[in-house]
Amino acid sequence: MSTTLASTVGGRMLRSRVVAALASPHGVDRYLELVNPMWAAEEVRARVVDVRRENADSDGAPVATLTLQPTSTWRGHRAGQYVQVGVDLPDSGKRMTRCFSISSASSLPGEQIALTIRAHDEGQVSKYLVSQAQPGQMVHLSQAEGEFTLHESAATPTNNHLLFITGGSGITPAMSILRTLLRDGYDGRAGRKVTFLHYARSAEDQIFAAELAEIAEADNDVTVHLRHGDHVFSDFELRRLVPDYRDTDTWACGPAGLMELIHSAYTADEVLSARLRTEFFKPPRVATGAAEGDVSFDRSGTGAANTGATLLEQAEALGLTPEFGCRMGICFSCTSRKTEGTVRNVLTGAESSLPDEDIQICVTTPVGDCAVDL
Amino acid sequence: MSIPYQDETFEAREVVEEVTKLSAEQLDAFGAEMDAIRQRVIADLGQADRDYIHNVVKAQRAFEVAGRALFYLPPAWPLAVASLSVSKILDNMEIGHNVMHGQYDWMNEPGLSSRQFDWDNVCPGEQWKYSHNYIHHTFTNILGKDRDIGYGILRMDEDQKWHPYYLGNPVYAFLLMVFFEWGVAMHDLEVENIVSGKRSLDDNKALYPGLMKKIRRQALKDYVLFPALTGPLFPLTLAGNATANLIRNVWAFNIIFCGHFPAGVATFSEEECEDESRGHWYYRQILGSANITGGKLFHLMSGNLSHQIEHHLFPDLPARRYPEIAGEVREICERYGIAYNTGPLHKQLGSVAKKICKMALPPKKQAD
Repeated sequence: MSTTLASTVGGRMLRSRVVAALASPHGVDRYLELVNPMWAAEEVRARVVDVRRENADSDGAPVATLTLQPTSTWRGHRAGQYVQVGVDLPDSGKRMTRCFSISSASSLPGEQIALTIRAHDEGQVSKYLVSQAQPGQMVHLSQAEGEFTLHESAATPTNNHLLFITGGSGITPAMSILRTLLRDGYDGRAGRKVTFLHYARSAEDQIFAAELAEIAEADNDVTVHLRHGDHVFSDFELRRLVPDYRDTDTWACGPAGLMELIHSAYTADEVLSARLRTEFFKPPRVATGAAEGDVSFDRSGTGAANTGATLLEQAEALGLTPEFGCRMGICFSCTSRKTEGTVRNVLTGAESSLPDEDIQICVTTPVGDCAVDL
Repeated sequence: MSIPYQDETFEAREVVEEVTKLSAEQLDAFGAEMDAIRQRVIADLGQADRDYIHNVVKAQRAFEVAGRALFYLPPAWPLAVASLSVSKILDNMEIGHNVMHGQYDWMNEPGLSSRQFDWDNVCPGEQWKYSHNYIHHTFTNILGKDRDIGYGILRMDEDQKWHPYYLGNPVYAFLLMVFFEWGVAMHDLEVENIVSGKRSLDDNKALYPGLMKKIRRQALKDYVLFPALTGPLFPLTLAGNATANLIRNVWAFNIIFCGHFPAGVATFSEEECEDESRGHWYYRQILGSANITGGKLFHLMSGNLSHQIEHHLFPDLPARRYPEIAGEVREICERYGIAYNTGPLHKQLGSVAKKICKMALPPKKQAD
């Protein structure tokens, strides 16, 4: 079968040094892809095998679950991880790459995975995947990435209470973890509680509603709390549900507003609880009020006053076209050399003034004067 | 006989006749018209360009596989060589040269990105991009700066001072043609600048590992592994691969030499190009380049370097766009009275050959 080609002897042969030498300088995959897009020696691609609308009754942004059959090069994923998905957008001729959490339970090498995607208004890739992707078409994948994962398994029960707080499509990685626990035999009998707290725009917009209702019904010690509409997160409510939440292993994922509230709820005496694990879908917005200094792009000889936006955006505003991929600090396509100045990573808030430092310009803003080799 | 010192090679230009006939305002207006063409093409880039380069890649890979496979049939040897030659020519010219110019970077496709692509050629793409994309395309035909004028071994311009060494001009050109890929690979080592003392051997140290690695890989593939795979036919396959490399060398040399060396192509002095405007840069690119007329297949096989003028104006636009804008560029040139050098291959080649021979001899009259 073609899909298992590279997993067996053939796969080992394709990855051998001799074959690499024969295919030099282009690489084996540049030849295999022309014969069958599901053949690969190093790269990961996937065929869409199913597209299912999740919130058909909602008048909000459509959400769909795509089931993907990856090439045999897929090494599998741990629940909670994300993957970079590249799509060749028709008409524009461009490949756009974005990150999506995997919503299906953990996978083994070569196994199918599912992505549950909300079509954002400004999101070319998500809109395309939700509304235009068809079974049979190919997408490009990275290997699974990310540390927003559960390190225990249902097979090795502990007494730890697990808490998931999610908002909107931020439910997907938590859903993957929950599905993995249940698939692998989690039944609550070990005395470990799971609390699943989710915020959705409306009941119609609630994805996985039927499955969550089933999980809540079952005798498994998983408590599901769904909050809809204007009901916003409050530490007061959280304390009622999980009194010692700051000492509870927590996975939080959602839009920036929710994440800020969760951050402050988990911060006591200016110390952020180490139990909180977070995953962002978009980098938090940076205040552009107090931007100072000048940004210069040395190689192109241009520069302008610092606007406070990311270096990638400032470079693009000046007409430069630096390489980029995910635009959220994950894929390192945009990595460039900062020659001098202080910069802030908007994901971590960390500032750095080291000279000649490689930075990801999509998630880095200048703090005062700054020079980048672009 | 040694290569003359670089600092003696170029004589300062006294009078500038053919250059700067246009006023600064005219050059600005001319530059704006060129910019407008560029903007229009960039706005129009899309699926058709992607499909085009994908189809060329598919064709190249098919010729490559067919060529390698046909070596198993000894009677098909000439066909195998032809197929592999076509593959190497497409790989180096319409794909490699153009992809490494960043013409397809906007597609965000790693396999066709200038940062990652490397060609089927002993010159490492990474090193070629510096000497070609940066040095040659920025300082096109500026004597003393553009190292592509004579490649440091030939005398290709009257303003290059004659030296008895250049009596061998036609021989050197012939050797460069036969070993063109090696010449391109060695080009980055700037041997002529080492001879003249402008560059030290230490400056090259950083280039050796990449160069040696690429040479090893190319040689292993063409001269060891693929011949070995054909078992008893080893010598035939080896000879076939060498012949394909030779054919590619000869073809690429001839196309490339027609790009900047036919009669009428202008060279410039550094002074003329100080603080030059965008319009003057375009103007220099046009006067410093020459086109070759021909059919669609010819343009494809020449990597569209048959539209050298358009390529030098817009090196990062997909080459398939050059034929479509050539008429407009020519019309604009006519309006501004700028010479647009074009002609059939035999005429341009004849002109280049004549120049190579003429430059071998000392100038008839020494200018005072």
